[in-house]
Amino acid sequence: MLRFIIRRLALSIITLFLLVIIVFLLTSVFPNDPARQLLGPFQSQEAVDQLAEELGLNDPKTEQLGRLVKGVATGDFGESYSRPGERVMDLILPALGNSAKLVVLGLLITLPLSILSGVLAAYRKDSLFDRSVVTLGLATSAIPDFVSGILLQYVIGVRLGWLPATSNAPRGTGFIGSLEFIILPALAIVLVYFGYIARVTRAGAVQAFESDYVRTAFMKGMPLRRVINRHVLRNSLQPTVAVIGTQIGFLFGGLIALELVFNYPGLGSMIINAAQDQDLPLLQGGVIIVAVLYMIATLLADLLISWMNPRARSVTAS
Amino acid sequence: MSAPASLTDRITSGAMAPALEVVDLHMSYIVRGVPREVLRGVNFHIQPGEAYGLVGESGCGKSTTAYAALRYLPGNGRITQGEIRSGGRDITSMSSKELQAFRSSQASMVYQDPVAAMNPSLKIGRQVEESFKLIGQSASDAKASAYAALEQVRIADPTSVLDRYPHQLSGGMLQRVVIAMALASKPELLVLDEPTTGLDATVEAEVLDLIRALRSETGAAVLLIAHNLGVIRTMCDRVGVMYAGKVIEEGPAQEVFDSPEHPYTVGLLNAIPRAGLRKTDRALYSIPGELPSIGTDLPTCVYIDRCALADEKCKSTPPPATSVGEGHQTFCHHVDRVGELRDAEVGAFSNVSSDDNVLQLTGVAKTFRQAGQDIPALVSVDLGIAEGETLGLVGESGSGKSTMAKTMLGVHSYDPGGDIVLDGVSVPAAATNRTPANSAAMQMVFQNPDSALNRVWTVRRILERSIIKLTGASKDDARARAEDIASAMRLSPRHLDMRPRQLSGGLKQRVAIARAFAGDPKLVVCDEPTSALDVSVQSAILNLLANIQNDQRTSYLFITHDIGVVRYLADRIAVMYLGRIMELGPTDAMFQGVNHPYTEALLSAVPSVDGETRERIPLDGEIPSPKNPPSGCVFHTRCHRFVEGLCDTKEPELREIAPGHMIKCHLDVADLGVVPVQVQRKGSTFGEADGAELQSSDSFDDTVVEGEQVDPEDTVND
Ligand SMILES: Nc1ncnc2c1ncn2[C@@H]1O[C@H](COP(=O)(O)OP(=O)(O)OP(=O)(O)O)[C@@H](O)[C@H]1O
Ligand SMILES: [Mg+2]
Repeated sequence: MLRFIIRRLALSIITLFLLVIIVFLLTSVFPNDPARQLLGPFQSQEAVDQLAEELGLNDPKTEQLGRLVKGVATGDFGESYSRPGERVMDLILPALGNSAKLVVLGLLITLPLSILSGVLAAYRKDSLFDRSVVTLGLATSAIPDFVSGILLQYVIGVRLGWLPATSNAPRGTGFIGSLEFIILPALAIVLVYFGYIARVTRAGAVQAFESDYVRTAFMKGMPLRRVINRHVLRNSLQPTVAVIGTQIGFLFGGLIALELVFNYPGLGSMIINAAQDQDLPLLQGGVIIVAVLYMIATLLADLLISWMNPRARSVTAS
Repeated sequence: MSAPASLTDRITSGAMAPALEVVDLHMSYIVRGVPREVLRGVNFHIQPGEAYGLVGESGCGKSTTAYAALRYLPGNGRITQGEIRSGGRDITSMSSKELQAFRSSQASMVYQDPVAAMNPSLKIGRQVEESFKLIGQSASDAKASAYAALEQVRIADPTSVLDRYPHQLSGGMLQRVVIAMALASKPELLVLDEPTTGLDATVEAEVLDLIRALRSETGAAVLLIAHNLGVIRTMCDRVGVMYAGKVIEEGPAQEVFDSPEHPYTVGLLNAIPRAGLRKTDRALYSIPGELPSIGTDLPTCVYIDRCALADEKCKSTPPPATSVGEGHQTFCHHVDRVGELRDAEVGAFSNVSSDDNVLQLTGVAKTFRQAGQDIPALVSVDLGIAEGETLGLVGESGSGKSTMAKTMLGVHSYDPGGDIVLDGVSVPAAATNRTPANSAAMQMVFQNPDSALNRVWTVRRILERSIIKLTGASKDDARARAEDIASAMRLSPRHLDMRPRQLSGGLKQRVAIARAFAGDPKLVVCDEPTSALDVSVQSAILNLLANIQNDQRTSYLFITHDIGVVRYLADRIAVMYLGRIMELGPTDAMFQGVNHPYTEALLSAVPSVDGETRERIPLDGEIPSPKNPPSGCVFHTRCHRFVEGLCDTKEPELREIAPGHMIKCHLDVADLGVVPVQVQRKGSTFGEADGAELQSSDSFDDTVVEGEQVDPEDTVND
């Protein structure tokens, strides 16, 4: 197990390094001139050149890359261009916190609901309940997150007025109080992911219910609930865990439209703004943070899976 | 084996309710919305402490009955009529709570595939402890009980086994664990559905010994399903023969097997090579046709379509139960004529092997490399196969049988230094370097015919392609020849336009054999070609192979686990262990002469359907890994005749002890054993073969049999 973790970590570090290079290449081929963008059209060319020099934009590419790598290693991506005087990290952290709040709330509702439905659908395969879960799940996950977001916003937030229609909590709202503001976007996440995760879980659970070892458990006289907890979940949740692991990155960095709809300052909208403003350090920092989150999530998922599946463990170890 | 005396007394006094009572059980599976009847009125009962066997072709409903006994029905299964009772309680009407209590404390099951029956991601310990927790034990008690349970099933090192995952244990070991779990509740009823199918004969014998011993310790009643009739004979007091969802004959196991009284039972028993039967004695009997599929309308006798005795009466009236002995009943209108079937005349095959070797292996070895380590899977094999000869190849799994076959065929290329000569000409080691004529001359038939047949092609196309590829024939010639071969393989013309998936297992195997014969092979390697088939289908395939050999003088290398089959078909037998040939000799000599200790152990593991009992020579532990073979004689670690200082230091040569009979053993012939056989019952009237059996057993006088029995002291060797 330890060897597996070490190898997996080493692999992650190599991936991270490659990723930094890719992010650097992508951001450094921007067509426009960040210094001109910052100063606006009316400043003199000298001032622009001088700023470019100060920002290190004229340094050799390798030197710029070196700075970025160092930044990643120390967690310091320098100063923001668009909001001079503010450290990039200080801008990222609150956005990250906001995203985390939304994602965690969304998953806290989605996971139990979809896993339970998936397992029960598998247990009662081909029943009305099973068909409803599958069809409903397909229907809701076919709707983009921001569309269901807008619908929720309009119906629950505006027409019924049960919950705040935007998610920007007023200053000074406590943690608990602020949760009320993000229930609607969290529900949009639930709508997108419920069907997906329920279906993946169902597929695994169908297999488990048909397996000989579950038969053995029933034949021991084990009650259904214990059979599910002990024998079905452990083997059928492996694909579910893998799916969740790969979706975390998207949830943190990809909910751009949803965040815009609810005017919620998460990581996704921060990154898109940084790109529009040609705020290179903020953009690089944001993208790399999302990538690191993605890597951590898949790493954790892999570890969890190998803990769930001793056979895979012994294969990768040997 | 009979139950302990006290239980037997209670059974006869009838004081206790039966451990299992199945009354007129009808069951259906719903397939595409339509209920299809699979059990058509099953009746039988098992007394406390009794062992009851169920036999019958694949698909006749044995497992369905077994699972129904514990009310485990698949989602589409419905009990439509009848009762199932255990200890006087009706199982069909239990609530789910009651059913759980019944399963956790009164009845248990052991399954066919122990690897699948265990949860792959939980340690053995947790799964065994679970069974004890379910009967109300605390966590610490369950732990102690799990340890004791593994000790009870003779697992040498329970602590380490409890700490392992299922994939880290062998099938035989896992089956012991499953049995331990089943015994947790001290069940009154133990249902075993093919508990040893898929295990090596030696492991099978160990598991059966264990079940037998545990049964006399616990007094549990047993319902045993096995397709190996020998297993049923040695394990069960009574047996029921099932056909198309009905028990059509029932009685004491010995009696049913020695004098069957239903045409189906007779067919089944005549289909197996038993009692030392050889192909030169007679052909095997095979039952024409197939088992009717589930849901078929069978209002009178279920066996009517395949029965040679069927007449108008059978079509109009269901056969009543006819008593043909004490506790022995059969459902047939024509009990008086069953004898005709038993003694039906069938031809025999002649021995066509010549003195010229078609294939000669000299110093052929195969060493695999894995992770920088040499694995000698085949070690310097010298072997000739004569024209028209069948050479049987036996040995436990992992002994190197398939490696040898694949090396012959060039799938693996043998190590430099060896030589394979085909018809007087050396052939290259790798199949890719061989000429088309070389490949045509050596062909293979596999256990699983699907692996050799392209599933989207028609049988005609499969055969034509092989003919063109192997002989270079023109399209038209190939077409004509495909038809010839198909008819030689007893495939009817309509089969030619079907695809493999439309054919039954037996027919597919025929197609695979036809394909192998497309290019007039000199030698066909048959790797367990019948082990996945029912006995009635197996007999047809074995007859077919013997027939072709008689006509075409083809040579066979026949790999099998089934000693009865190899004895029937083979002219000579080679025994392999760790990639070495330990014994090689004419079939008669192998079964009547002196044997290598390994062969002795293998033969002693075979459960006989004829009631022979042998002192079983246990093979302790598992076959060693070829990565680091034992020193000296590779078999010394498991040998019951091991001589310290000799066997563990020097590898013996393969030496001739009688004309054509060679063994690789240091011991003198006088110190080696012949197969110790005691025939339990003489004077049985069944079949011609028994005559042969009597002769061979007569040739041992009692003192010899006594003298050759293994002294228990001798078996302790490591
Ligand atoms: N769930 C199911 N749905 C439909 N048909 C089934 C189902 N289970 C079994 N069958 C069919 O019912 C018949 C009896 O099956 P069963 O498993 O009881 O046979 P068996 O005697 O145990 O055979 P085997 O020797 O191959 O184990 C077979 O034709 C099988 O294909
Ligand atoms: Mg079965």
